[in-house]
Amino acid sequence: MVTKPLTKNIDMERGPLDISGYQAVDGYQSIQVIAKGLSPQGALELVKASGLKGRGGAGFPTGLKWSFVPQGDNSPGQKYFVVNADEMEPGTFKDRLLMEGDPHLLIEGVIIGSYAIQASKAYIFLRGEYTVSERALKKAIDEAYEKGYLGSNILGTGFNLDIILHTSAGRYICGEETALLNALEGKRAIPRAKPPFPQVSGLWGKPTIVNNVETICNLPGILIYGVDWYHGLTKGKDHGTKLFGVSGKVNTPGCWELPLGTPIRELLENYAGGMRDGLELKGFLPGGGSTDFMLPEHLDLNLDYDEIARVGSRLATGTMIILDNETCPVGMVGNLMKFFSHESCGFCTPCRDGLPWVDEIFNEFENGCGSEKDLEILHEHVDYLGPGRTFCALAPGATAPLGSGLKYFAEDFHRHIKEKRCPYKH
Amino acid sequence: MTSSELIASSTTRARKLSAEEINEIEHEITLYADKKAVGLEALKIVQKHQGWVSDESLLAISKYLDIPGSDLEGVATFFNLVFRRPVGKNVILLCNSVSCWIMGCDEIKDYIKERLAIDFGETSKDGEFTLLPVPCLGDCDRAPSMMVGENLHRNLTRDKIDEIIQQYRNR
Repeated sequence: MVTKPLTKNIDMERGPLDISGYQAVDGYQSIQVIAKGLSPQGALELVKASGLKGRGGAGFPTGLKWSFVPQGDNSPGQKYFVVNADEMEPGTFKDRLLMEGDPHLLIEGVIIGSYAIQASKAYIFLRGEYTVSERALKKAIDEAYEKGYLGSNILGTGFNLDIILHTSAGRYICGEETALLNALEGKRAIPRAKPPFPQVSGLWGKPTIVNNVETICNLPGILIYGVDWYHGLTKGKDHGTKLFGVSGKVNTPGCWELPLGTPIRELLENYAGGMRDGLELKGFLPGGGSTDFMLPEHLDLNLDYDEIARVGSRLATGTMIILDNETCPVGMVGNLMKFFSHESCGFCTPCRDGLPWVDEIFNEFENGCGSEKDLEILHEHVDYLGPGRTFCALAPGATAPLGSGLKYFAEDFHRHIKEKRCPYKH
Repeated sequence: MTSSELIASSTTRARKLSAEEINEIEHEITLYADKKAVGLEALKIVQKHQGWVSDESLLAISKYLDIPGSDLEGVATFFNLVFRRPVGKNVILLCNSVSCWIMGCDEIKDYIKERLAIDFGETSKDGEFTLLPVPCLGDCDRAPSMMVGENLHRNLTRDKIDEIIQQYRNR
Protein backbone atom coordinates (compact mmCIF):
# COMPACT_ATOMS: atom_id res chain seq x y z
CA MET A 1 0.00 0.00 0.00
CA VAL A 2 1.23 3.47 -0.87
CA THR A 3 2.10 5.44 2.26
CA LYS A 4 4.01 8.31 0.67
CA PRO A 5 1.94 9.37 -2.33
CA LEU A 6 3.80 12.65 -2.85
CA THR A 7 7.38 11.40 -2.82
CA LYS A 8 7.14 7.69 -3.63
CA ASN A 9 8.78 8.23 -7.03
CA ILE A 10 11.39 10.74 -5.94
CA ASP A 11 15.05 9.82 -6.01
CA MET A 12 17.13 12.92 -6.50
CA GLU A 13 20.26 10.90 -7.29
CA ARG A 14 18.46 9.18 -10.16
CA GLY A 15 16.47 12.19 -11.32
CA PRO A 16 12.79 12.29 -12.24
CA LEU A 17 11.02 9.37 -13.93
CA ASP A 18 10.17 9.83 -17.58
CA ILE A 19 6.61 9.15 -18.64
CA SER A 20 6.99 5.40 -19.18
CA GLY A 21 8.73 4.98 -15.85
CA TYR A 22 6.01 7.04 -14.25
CA GLN A 23 3.22 5.06 -15.91
CA ALA A 24 4.76 1.84 -14.63
CA VAL A 25 4.11 2.93 -11.03
CA ASP A 26 0.39 3.77 -11.39
CA GLY A 27 1.20 7.05 -13.16
CA TYR A 28 -1.76 8.63 -14.96
CA GLN A 29 -4.08 5.89 -13.64
CA SER A 30 -6.35 8.67 -12.34
CA ILE A 31 -6.92 9.79 -15.93
CA GLN A 32 -7.96 6.20 -16.70
CA VAL A 33 -10.42 6.46 -13.80
CA ILE A 34 -11.83 9.58 -15.46
CA ALA A 35 -11.90 7.85 -18.86
CA LYS A 36 -13.91 5.00 -17.32
CA GLY A 37 -16.66 7.43 -16.45
CA LEU A 38 -15.88 9.49 -13.33
CA SER A 39 -17.76 12.76 -13.85
CA PRO A 40 -16.30 16.19 -13.02
CA GLN A 41 -18.81 16.42 -10.17
CA GLY A 42 -17.74 12.95 -9.04
CA ALA A 43 -14.08 14.03 -8.95
CA LEU A 44 -15.00 17.11 -6.98
CA GLU A 45 -17.00 15.05 -4.48
CA LEU A 46 -14.07 12.69 -3.98
CA VAL A 47 -11.72 15.57 -3.25
CA LYS A 48 -14.27 17.13 -0.91
CA ALA A 49 -14.68 13.82 0.93
CA SER A 50 -10.90 13.40 1.18
CA GLY A 51 -10.69 16.45 3.43
CA LEU A 52 -7.66 17.76 1.53
CA LYS A 53 -6.70 21.26 2.65
CA GLY A 54 -4.56 23.69 0.64
CA ARG A 55 -0.84 23.18 1.23
CA GLY A 56 0.25 26.63 0.11
CA GLY A 57 -0.15 28.19 3.54
CA ALA A 58 -3.77 29.09 4.11
CA GLY A 59 -5.10 25.54 4.62
CA PHE A 60 -8.44 26.14 2.89
CA PRO A 61 -10.40 22.97 1.96
CA THR A 62 -9.64 22.27 -1.71
CA GLY A 63 -12.95 20.66 -2.67
CA LEU A 64 -14.88 23.51 -1.15
CA LYS A 65 -12.79 26.03 -3.11
CA TRP A 66 -13.54 24.18 -6.35
CA SER A 67 -17.26 24.04 -5.58
CA PHE A 68 -17.48 27.86 -5.84
CA VAL A 69 -16.75 27.72 -9.57
CA PRO A 70 -20.04 28.33 -11.38
CA GLN A 71 -21.01 25.38 -13.60
CA GLY A 72 -23.79 24.70 -16.06
CA ASP A 73 -25.00 26.28 -19.26
CA ASN A 74 -25.20 29.79 -17.87
CA SER A 75 -21.62 29.82 -16.55
CA PRO A 76 -18.77 31.32 -18.60
CA GLY A 77 -17.50 28.76 -21.10
CA GLN A 78 -13.83 29.46 -20.44
CA LYS A 79 -12.52 28.53 -17.02
CA TYR A 80 -8.92 28.44 -15.89
CA PHE A 81 -6.91 26.25 -13.57
CA VAL A 82 -3.74 27.89 -12.25
CA VAL A 83 -0.87 26.27 -10.39
CA ASN A 84 0.79 28.47 -7.82
CA ALA A 85 4.41 27.36 -8.18
CA ASP A 86 5.84 30.69 -7.09
CA GLU A 87 7.47 29.22 -3.99
CA MET A 88 9.18 32.11 -2.24
CA GLU A 89 8.07 31.99 1.38
CA PRO A 90 11.27 32.36 3.42
CA GLY A 91 12.44 28.98 4.64
CA THR A 92 10.17 27.02 2.29
CA PHE A 93 11.64 24.44 -0.06
CA LYS A 94 9.00 21.78 -0.63
CA ASP A 95 7.43 22.52 -4.03
CA ARG A 96 10.90 22.60 -5.57
CA LEU A 97 11.38 18.98 -4.45
CA LEU A 98 8.07 17.89 -6.01
CA MET A 99 8.69 19.61 -9.34
CA GLU A 100 12.31 18.59 -9.69
CA GLY A 101 11.71 15.11 -8.34
CA ASP A 102 8.44 13.98 -9.93
CA PRO A 103 7.06 16.52 -12.43
CA HIS A 104 4.52 14.08 -13.91
CA LEU A 105 2.71 13.87 -10.57
CA LEU A 106 2.02 17.60 -10.79
CA ILE A 107 0.90 17.35 -14.42
CA GLU A 108 -1.45 14.47 -13.54
CA GLY A 109 -2.89 16.53 -10.68
CA VAL A 110 -3.39 19.52 -12.96
CA ILE A 111 -5.41 17.36 -15.36
CA ILE A 112 -7.64 16.21 -12.46
CA GLY A 113 -8.18 19.72 -11.11
CA SER A 114 -8.87 21.15 -14.55
CA TYR A 115 -11.30 18.33 -15.33
CA ALA A 116 -13.17 18.79 -12.04
CA ILE A 117 -13.79 22.48 -12.68
CA GLN A 118 -13.99 21.97 -16.49
CA ALA A 119 -11.10 24.27 -17.35
CA SER A 120 -9.65 23.80 -20.82
CA LYS A 121 -6.57 25.86 -20.05
CA ALA A 122 -4.16 25.57 -17.17
CA TYR A 123 -1.22 27.82 -16.37
CA ILE A 124 1.68 26.78 -14.20
CA PHE A 125 2.98 29.98 -12.62
CA LEU A 126 6.57 29.05 -11.83
CA ARG A 127 9.11 31.26 -10.16
CA GLY A 128 11.79 32.29 -12.61
CA GLU A 129 14.67 31.16 -10.43
CA TYR A 130 13.48 27.53 -10.49
CA THR A 131 15.35 26.67 -13.68
CA VAL A 132 15.69 22.96 -12.89
CA SER A 133 11.94 22.71 -12.24
CA GLU A 134 11.31 24.56 -15.48
CA ARG A 135 13.30 22.04 -17.52
CA ALA A 136 11.69 19.06 -15.73
CA LEU A 137 8.16 20.40 -16.20
CA LYS A 138 8.71 21.29 -19.86
CA LYS A 139 9.84 17.75 -20.59
CA ALA A 140 6.95 16.24 -18.63
CA ILE A 141 4.37 18.41 -20.41
CA ASP A 142 5.77 17.46 -23.84
CA GLU A 143 5.67 13.76 -22.93
CA ALA A 144 2.10 14.06 -21.63
CA TYR A 145 1.00 15.62 -24.92
CA GLU A 146 2.68 12.82 -26.86
CA LYS A 147 0.83 10.16 -24.88
CA GLY A 148 -2.52 11.91 -25.25
CA TYR A 149 -2.94 12.95 -21.61
CA LEU A 150 -3.00 16.57 -22.76
CA GLY A 151 -4.48 18.19 -25.85
CA SER A 152 -7.91 17.55 -27.29
CA ASN A 153 -10.26 14.72 -26.43
CA ILE A 154 -8.00 13.29 -23.73
CA LEU A 155 -8.27 9.46 -23.75
CA GLY A 156 -11.56 9.74 -25.61
CA THR A 157 -13.28 11.61 -22.79
CA GLY A 158 -14.17 14.63 -24.91
CA PHE A 159 -12.24 16.74 -22.40
CA ASN A 160 -9.62 19.15 -23.79
CA LEU A 161 -6.74 20.65 -21.84
CA ASP A 162 -3.67 22.70 -22.64
CA ILE A 163 -1.04 23.38 -20.01
CA ILE A 164 1.08 26.50 -20.36
CA LEU A 165 4.23 26.94 -18.33
CA HIS A 166 4.71 30.58 -17.31
CA THR A 167 7.93 31.58 -15.63
CA SER A 168 7.84 34.67 -13.47
CA ALA A 169 10.57 37.17 -12.71
CA GLY A 170 10.88 37.18 -8.96
CA ARG A 171 8.35 38.85 -6.68
CA TYR A 172 7.08 37.26 -3.46
CA ILE A 173 3.70 38.96 -3.78
CA CYS A 174 2.95 36.80 -6.84
CA GLY A 175 2.26 33.99 -4.36
CA GLU A 176 -0.89 35.90 -3.34
CA GLU A 177 -3.44 34.41 -5.72
CA THR A 178 -5.01 37.61 -7.03
CA ALA A 179 -1.61 39.27 -7.47
CA LEU A 180 -0.54 36.14 -9.34
CA LEU A 181 -3.50 36.56 -11.71
CA ASN A 182 -2.53 40.18 -12.37
CA ALA A 183 1.01 39.05 -13.13
CA LEU A 184 -0.31 36.40 -15.55
CA GLU A 185 -2.29 39.13 -17.30
CA GLY A 186 0.97 41.05 -17.73
CA LYS A 187 0.28 43.66 -15.06
CA ARG A 188 2.13 44.71 -11.95
CA ALA A 189 1.51 42.00 -9.39
CA ILE A 190 -0.64 43.91 -6.94
CA PRO A 191 -3.45 42.05 -5.16
CA ARG A 192 -7.05 42.54 -6.27
CA ALA A 193 -10.03 43.39 -4.10
CA LYS A 194 -12.00 40.36 -2.92
CA PRO A 195 -14.88 39.80 -3.63
CA PRO A 196 -15.19 38.91 -6.39
CA PHE A 197 -13.15 35.82 -5.63
CA PRO A 198 -11.12 34.27 -8.45
CA GLN A 199 -13.39 31.21 -8.39
CA VAL A 200 -16.07 33.45 -9.88
CA SER A 201 -14.03 36.15 -11.62
CA GLY A 202 -10.32 35.46 -11.94
CA LEU A 203 -7.99 35.36 -14.92
CA TRP A 204 -9.32 37.76 -17.58
CA GLY A 205 -12.54 37.86 -15.57
CA LYS A 206 -13.22 34.14 -15.98
CA PRO A 207 -13.77 31.57 -13.19
CA THR A 208 -10.33 30.49 -11.99
CA ILE A 209 -8.94 28.12 -9.41
CA VAL A 210 -5.48 28.74 -8.03
CA ASN A 211 -3.96 25.81 -6.14
CA ASN A 212 -0.51 25.20 -4.69
CA VAL A 213 1.83 22.59 -6.19
CA GLU A 214 1.75 20.28 -3.18
CA THR A 215 -2.04 20.46 -2.95
CA ILE A 216 -2.34 19.37 -6.57
CA CYS A 217 0.16 16.54 -6.09
CA ASN A 218 -2.30 15.02 -3.57
CA LEU A 219 -5.00 14.59 -6.22
CA PRO A 220 -3.84 11.55 -8.23
CA GLY A 221 -3.65 9.35 -5.13
CA ILE A 222 -7.15 10.32 -4.04
CA LEU A 223 -8.62 9.27 -7.40
CA ILE A 224 -6.54 6.11 -7.82
CA TYR A 225 -6.53 4.66 -4.30
CA GLY A 226 -9.71 6.22 -2.93
CA VAL A 227 -10.89 8.31 -0.03
CA ASP A 228 -10.65 5.53 2.59
CA TRP A 229 -7.00 4.97 1.71
CA TYR A 230 -6.41 8.73 1.93
CA HIS A 231 -8.04 8.89 5.34
CA GLY A 232 -5.78 6.07 6.51
CA LEU A 233 -2.61 8.08 5.86
CA THR A 234 -2.84 10.54 8.72
CA LYS A 235 -1.83 10.22 12.34
CA GLY A 236 -3.92 13.23 13.34
CA LYS A 237 -7.18 15.01 12.67
CA ASP A 238 -6.29 16.46 9.27
CA HIS A 239 -6.08 14.11 6.34
CA GLY A 240 -3.18 13.01 4.22
CA THR A 241 0.55 13.33 4.30
CA LYS A 242 2.47 16.58 4.05
CA LEU A 243 5.96 17.63 3.16
CA PHE A 244 7.76 18.86 6.25
CA GLY A 245 11.09 20.60 6.10
CA VAL A 246 13.67 21.68 8.62
CA SER A 247 16.37 24.29 8.02
CA GLY A 248 18.79 26.05 10.32
CA LYS A 249 21.52 24.61 12.53
CA VAL A 250 20.34 21.03 12.80
CA ASN A 251 22.46 18.00 11.91
CA THR A 252 20.61 16.88 8.79
CA PRO A 253 18.40 19.62 7.36
CA GLY A 254 15.98 18.36 4.74
CA CYS A 255 12.43 17.78 3.56
CA TRP A 256 10.38 14.65 4.22
CA GLU A 257 6.88 13.41 3.54
CA LEU A 258 5.19 12.46 6.81
CA PRO A 259 1.63 11.83 7.95
CA LEU A 260 -0.13 14.89 9.26
CA GLY A 261 -0.23 14.62 13.02
CA THR A 262 3.41 13.54 13.36
CA PRO A 263 4.89 14.98 16.58
CA ILE A 264 7.17 17.97 16.01
CA ARG A 265 9.82 16.32 18.19
CA GLU A 266 9.94 13.33 15.86
CA LEU A 267 10.51 15.59 12.84
CA LEU A 268 13.22 17.54 14.57
CA GLU A 269 15.05 14.69 16.28
CA ASN A 270 14.53 11.61 14.09
CA TYR A 271 14.54 13.25 10.67
CA ALA A 272 16.52 16.47 11.07
CA GLY A 273 18.96 14.72 13.41
CA GLY A 274 18.51 17.14 16.30
CA MET A 275 20.48 20.30 17.01
CA ARG A 276 24.12 20.55 16.01
CA ASP A 277 26.61 19.79 18.75
CA GLY A 278 26.75 22.40 21.48
CA LEU A 279 23.63 24.20 20.32
CA GLU A 280 20.22 24.34 21.94
CA LEU A 281 16.83 24.97 20.41
CA LYS A 282 15.64 28.45 21.30
CA GLY A 283 12.55 28.65 19.09
CA PHE A 284 11.24 27.90 15.64
CA LEU A 285 8.92 29.13 12.94
CA PRO A 286 6.74 26.10 12.11
CA GLY A 287 5.75 26.91 8.52
CA GLY A 288 7.86 29.56 6.84
CA GLY A 289 8.55 33.23 7.48
CA SER A 290 4.92 34.29 7.94
CA THR A 291 4.24 32.14 10.99
CA ASP A 292 4.49 32.88 14.70
CA PHE A 293 7.44 31.60 16.69
CA MET A 294 6.99 28.49 18.76
CA LEU A 295 9.16 27.39 21.68
CA PRO A 296 10.90 24.19 22.86
CA GLU A 297 7.93 23.61 25.20
CA HIS A 298 5.77 23.10 22.08
CA LEU A 299 7.84 20.19 20.72
CA ASP A 300 5.35 17.57 21.84
CA LEU A 301 2.54 19.07 19.81
CA ASN A 302 1.62 17.37 16.57
CA LEU A 303 2.03 18.76 13.08
CA ASP A 304 -1.66 19.36 12.55
CA TYR A 305 -3.44 22.54 11.41
CA ASP A 306 -5.61 22.93 14.52
CA GLU A 307 -3.02 21.88 17.05
CA ILE A 308 -0.46 24.45 15.85
CA ALA A 309 -3.19 27.10 15.70
CA ARG A 310 -3.99 26.46 19.38
CA VAL A 311 -0.64 27.93 20.43
CA GLY A 312 -1.12 30.96 18.20
CA SER A 313 0.88 29.92 15.17
CA ARG A 314 0.12 28.24 11.84
CA LEU A 315 1.24 25.03 10.18
CA ALA A 316 1.27 27.00 6.88
CA THR A 317 3.89 25.56 4.50
CA GLY A 318 5.13 23.01 7.05
CA THR A 319 8.74 24.00 6.54
CA MET A 320 10.31 24.80 9.85
CA ILE A 321 13.07 27.34 10.48
CA ILE A 322 15.14 26.63 13.56
CA LEU A 323 16.48 29.33 15.85
CA ASP A 324 19.39 28.13 17.97
CA ASN A 325 20.71 29.71 21.16
CA GLU A 326 23.74 31.28 19.46
CA THR A 327 21.79 33.00 16.70
CA CYS A 328 20.36 36.40 17.56
CA PRO A 329 16.54 36.34 17.60
CA VAL A 330 16.44 40.10 17.02
CA GLY A 331 18.67 39.67 13.97
CA MET A 332 16.50 36.82 12.72
CA VAL A 333 13.28 38.82 12.99
CA GLY A 334 15.11 41.80 11.48
CA ASN A 335 16.13 39.67 8.49
CA LEU A 336 12.49 38.68 7.96
CA MET A 337 11.36 42.30 8.23
CA LYS A 338 13.90 43.31 5.57
CA PHE A 339 12.46 40.62 3.33
CA PHE A 340 8.84 41.67 3.83
CA SER A 341 9.71 45.33 3.46
CA HIS A 342 11.52 44.66 0.17
CA GLU A 343 8.74 42.44 -1.15
CA SER A 344 5.82 44.73 -0.28
CA CYS A 345 4.12 45.52 -3.58
CA GLY A 346 3.71 49.14 -2.49
CA PHE A 347 0.01 49.29 -3.20
CA CYS A 348 -1.48 49.88 0.25
CA THR A 349 -0.10 52.41 2.68
CA PRO A 350 0.32 50.51 5.96
CA CYS A 351 2.45 47.87 4.29
CA ARG A 352 4.39 50.18 1.96
CA ASP A 353 5.26 52.69 4.67
CA GLY A 354 5.05 50.56 7.81
CA LEU A 355 7.38 47.74 6.86
CA PRO A 356 10.35 49.95 5.85
CA TRP A 357 9.95 51.76 9.16
CA VAL A 358 10.01 48.48 11.04
CA ASP A 359 13.05 47.40 8.99
CA GLU A 360 14.83 50.67 9.82
CA ILE A 361 14.22 50.16 13.53
CA PHE A 362 15.76 46.70 13.34
CA ASN A 363 18.81 48.26 11.69
CA GLU A 364 19.05 50.55 14.71
CA PHE A 365 18.92 47.60 17.09
CA GLU A 366 21.61 45.89 15.04
CA ASN A 367 23.79 49.02 15.25
CA GLY A 368 23.31 49.43 18.97
CA CYS A 369 21.05 52.48 18.69
CA GLY A 370 17.74 50.82 19.59
CA SER A 371 15.67 52.50 22.29
CA GLU A 372 12.64 51.77 24.46
CA LYS A 373 10.69 54.13 22.23
CA ASP A 374 11.65 52.01 19.19
CA LEU A 375 10.39 48.95 20.97
CA GLU A 376 7.09 50.70 21.56
CA ILE A 377 6.83 51.58 17.85
CA LEU A 378 7.49 47.96 16.92
CA HIS A 379 4.69 46.83 19.23
CA GLU A 380 2.36 49.37 17.65
CA HIS A 381 3.17 48.04 14.19
CA VAL A 382 2.11 44.55 15.14
CA ASP A 383 -1.33 46.09 15.41
CA TYR A 384 -1.12 48.63 12.55
CA LEU A 385 0.03 45.99 10.05
CA GLY A 386 -2.09 43.16 11.41
CA PRO A 387 -5.00 41.22 9.92
CA GLY A 388 -7.76 43.47 8.62
CA ARG A 389 -5.55 46.57 8.40
CA THR A 390 -4.05 45.93 4.99
CA PHE A 391 -5.16 44.96 1.51
CA CYS A 392 -3.67 41.47 1.51
CA ALA A 393 -1.95 39.00 3.83
CA LEU A 394 1.67 40.10 3.26
CA ALA A 395 1.98 42.59 6.12
CA PRO A 396 -0.14 40.52 8.53
CA GLY A 397 2.24 37.67 7.68
CA ALA A 398 5.15 39.87 8.69
CA THR A 399 3.52 40.64 12.03
CA ALA A 400 3.49 36.93 12.92
CA PRO A 401 7.24 36.57 13.59
CA LEU A 402 7.38 40.22 14.70
CA GLY A 403 4.68 40.01 17.36
CA SER A 404 5.67 36.59 18.63
CA GLY A 405 9.37 37.52 18.52
CA LEU A 406 8.73 40.61 20.63
CA LYS A 407 6.77 38.49 23.11
CA TYR A 408 9.07 35.47 23.41
CA PHE A 409 12.43 37.19 23.07
CA ALA A 410 11.71 40.42 24.96
CA GLU A 411 14.83 39.90 27.06
CA ASP A 412 16.98 39.85 23.91
CA PHE A 413 15.48 43.11 22.65
CA HIS A 414 16.16 44.74 26.04
CA ARG A 415 19.74 43.53 26.07
CA HIS A 416 20.33 45.19 22.67
CA ILE A 417 19.09 48.47 24.16
CA LYS A 418 20.99 48.18 27.44
CA GLU A 419 24.29 46.96 26.02
CA LYS A 420 24.04 49.21 22.94
CA ARG A 421 25.15 46.33 20.75
CA CYS A 422 24.07 42.91 19.58
CA PRO A 423 24.96 40.62 22.50
CA TYR A 424 25.30 37.67 20.13
CA LYS A 425 28.26 39.21 18.33
CA HIS A 426 31.63 38.35 19.78
CA MET B 1 10.85 69.23 -23.78
CA THR B 2 7.04 69.25 -23.79
CA SER B 3 5.24 66.03 -23.03
CA SER B 4 4.12 65.54 -26.63
CA GLU B 5 7.71 66.02 -27.80
CA LEU B 6 8.81 63.52 -25.19
CA ILE B 7 6.28 60.98 -26.44
CA ALA B 8 7.31 61.59 -30.05
CA SER B 9 10.98 61.20 -29.20
CA SER B 10 10.29 57.99 -27.26
CA THR B 11 8.74 56.42 -30.35
CA THR B 12 11.72 57.29 -32.49
CA ARG B 13 14.09 56.08 -29.80
CA ALA B 14 12.63 52.57 -29.94
CA ARG B 15 15.12 50.15 -31.46
CA LYS B 16 14.20 47.49 -33.97
CA LEU B 17 13.42 44.12 -32.43
CA SER B 18 15.37 41.27 -34.01
CA ALA B 19 13.60 38.60 -36.03
CA GLU B 20 14.46 36.07 -33.33
CA GLU B 21 12.99 38.25 -30.59
CA ILE B 22 9.83 38.81 -32.64
CA ASN B 23 9.47 35.09 -33.29
CA GLU B 24 9.68 34.27 -29.61
CA ILE B 25 7.29 37.07 -28.65
CA GLU B 26 4.81 35.92 -31.32
CA HIS B 27 4.92 32.40 -29.88
CA GLU B 28 4.10 33.74 -26.42
CA ILE B 29 1.16 35.71 -27.82
CA THR B 30 -0.49 32.45 -28.89
CA LEU B 31 -0.49 31.23 -25.28
CA TYR B 32 -2.46 34.06 -23.67
CA ALA B 33 -5.96 35.43 -24.15
CA ASP B 34 -4.68 38.98 -24.55
CA LYS B 35 -1.42 40.05 -26.16
CA LYS B 36 -0.87 42.68 -23.47
CA ALA B 37 -0.28 39.77 -21.09
CA VAL B 38 2.96 39.05 -22.88
CA GLY B 39 4.70 42.24 -21.69
CA LEU B 40 6.77 40.53 -19.02
CA GLU B 41 7.58 37.58 -21.30
CA ALA B 42 8.73 40.00 -23.98
CA LEU B 43 10.94 41.84 -21.51
CA LYS B 44 12.51 38.52 -20.53
CA ILE B 45 12.99 37.50 -24.15
CA VAL B 46 14.74 40.76 -24.95
CA GLN B 47 16.85 40.47 -21.83
CA LYS B 48 17.88 36.94 -22.83
CA HIS B 49 19.18 38.26 -26.15
CA GLN B 50 20.53 41.66 -25.09
CA GLY B 51 21.64 40.94 -21.52
CA TRP B 52 19.43 43.70 -20.13
CA VAL B 53 16.46 45.90 -21.01
CA SER B 54 17.48 49.32 -22.31
CA ASP B 55 15.03 52.22 -22.77
CA GLU B 56 15.21 51.56 -26.49
CA SER B 57 14.25 47.90 -25.98
CA LEU B 58 11.45 48.77 -23.61
CA LEU B 59 10.01 51.27 -26.06
CA ALA B 60 10.28 48.74 -28.88
CA ILE B 61 8.25 46.18 -26.90
CA SER B 62 5.77 48.84 -25.89
CA LYS B 63 5.21 49.67 -29.54
CA TYR B 64 5.10 46.07 -30.67
CA LEU B 65 2.55 44.93 -28.06
CA ASP B 66 0.66 48.22 -27.93
CA ILE B 67 1.25 48.59 -24.18
CA PRO B 68 1.79 52.17 -22.93
CA GLY B 69 5.47 52.69 -22.14
CA SER B 70 4.63 53.78 -18.61
CA ASP B 71 2.67 50.57 -17.95
CA LEU B 72 5.46 48.41 -19.29
CA GLU B 73 8.04 50.34 -17.29
CA GLY B 74 5.81 49.73 -14.25
CA VAL B 75 6.05 46.00 -14.89
CA ALA B 76 9.77 46.07 -15.74
CA THR B 77 10.73 47.84 -12.54
CA PHE B 78 8.39 45.74 -10.42
CA PHE B 79 10.09 42.42 -11.05
CA ASN B 80 13.46 41.67 -9.47
CA LEU B 81 14.80 39.70 -12.42
CA VAL B 82 14.23 42.31 -15.11
CA PHE B 83 17.43 44.31 -15.39
CA ARG B 84 16.97 47.91 -16.43
CA ARG B 85 20.70 48.57 -16.25
CA PRO B 86 23.53 46.65 -17.93
CA VAL B 87 24.76 43.69 -15.91
CA GLY B 88 27.94 41.65 -15.99
CA LYS B 89 28.39 38.45 -17.99
CA ASN B 90 27.41 36.43 -14.91
CA VAL B 91 24.71 37.57 -12.53
CA ILE B 92 25.13 36.27 -9.01
CA LEU B 93 21.86 36.02 -7.09
CA LEU B 94 22.82 35.56 -3.46
CA CYS B 95 19.99 34.41 -1.21
CA ASN B 96 19.84 36.57 1.89
CA SER B 97 16.59 35.30 3.38
CA VAL B 98 16.19 33.84 6.82
CA SER B 99 17.62 30.29 6.58
CA CYS B 100 20.62 31.46 4.57
CA TRP B 101 21.09 34.29 7.07
CA ILE B 102 21.16 31.82 9.96
CA MET B 103 23.68 29.72 8.03
CA GLY B 104 25.99 32.65 7.36
CA CYS B 105 25.11 34.34 4.05
CA ASP B 106 26.41 37.65 5.43
CA GLU B 107 29.92 36.21 5.67
CA ILE B 108 29.58 34.76 2.16
CA LYS B 109 28.52 38.17 0.92
CA ASP B 110 31.47 39.85 2.65
CA TYR B 111 33.80 37.36 1.02
CA ILE B 112 32.37 37.89 -2.47
CA LYS B 113 32.66 41.61 -1.85
CA GLU B 114 36.29 41.16 -0.89
CA ARG B 115 37.08 38.95 -3.88
CA LEU B 116 35.26 40.93 -6.57
CA ALA B 117 35.23 44.40 -4.99
CA ILE B 118 31.49 44.75 -5.57
CA ASP B 119 28.51 45.30 -3.31
CA PHE B 120 24.86 44.42 -4.00
CA GLY B 121 23.76 46.12 -7.22
CA GLU B 122 27.27 46.52 -8.60
CA THR B 123 29.24 44.98 -11.46
CA SER B 124 32.90 44.05 -11.25
CA LYS B 125 35.34 46.26 -13.16
CA ASP B 126 36.15 43.49 -15.65
CA GLY B 127 32.42 43.17 -16.45
CA GLU B 128 32.38 39.51 -15.41
CA PHE B 129 30.08 39.55 -12.39
CA THR B 130 27.07 41.45 -11.06
CA LEU B 131 26.03 40.78 -7.46
CA LEU B 132 22.36 40.95 -6.48
CA PRO B 133 20.41 39.81 -3.43
CA VAL B 134 17.52 37.42 -4.07
CA PRO B 135 14.63 36.46 -1.79
CA CYS B 136 14.59 32.88 -0.49
CA LEU B 137 15.78 30.52 -3.24
CA GLY B 138 13.89 27.58 -1.74
CA ASP B 139 17.10 25.69 -1.10
CA CYS B 140 17.07 26.16 2.67
CA ASP B 141 18.32 22.70 3.61
CA ARG B 142 21.53 23.42 1.71
CA ALA B 143 22.02 27.01 2.84
CA PRO B 144 23.79 29.27 2.15
CA SER B 145 22.81 29.20 -1.52
CA MET B 146 23.17 31.36 -4.58
CA MET B 147 22.59 31.22 -8.30
CA VAL B 148 25.05 32.19 -10.97
CA GLY B 149 23.10 32.63 -14.17
CA GLU B 150 20.77 29.63 -14.29
CA ASN B 151 22.84 27.42 -12.02
CA LEU B 152 22.33 26.83 -8.32
CA HIS B 153 25.30 26.61 -5.97
CA ARG B 154 24.68 25.33 -2.46
CA ASN B 155 26.32 24.78 0.93
CA LEU B 156 28.54 27.76 0.19
CA THR B 157 31.88 28.27 1.92
CA ARG B 158 34.74 30.65 1.18
CA ASP B 159 36.56 27.87 -0.68
CA LYS B 160 33.51 27.16 -2.79
CA ILE B 161 33.21 30.84 -3.68
CA ASP B 162 36.84 30.76 -4.88
CA GLU B 163 36.09 27.72 -7.05
CA ILE B 164 32.90 29.20 -8.47
CA ILE B 165 34.54 32.50 -9.38
CA GLN B 166 37.34 30.60 -11.09
CA GLN B 167 34.90 28.36 -12.93
CA TYR B 168 32.89 31.21 -14.41
CA ARG B 169 35.95 33.35 -15.21
CA ASN B 170 37.32 30.49 -17.29
CA ARG B 171 34.19 30.12 -19.36
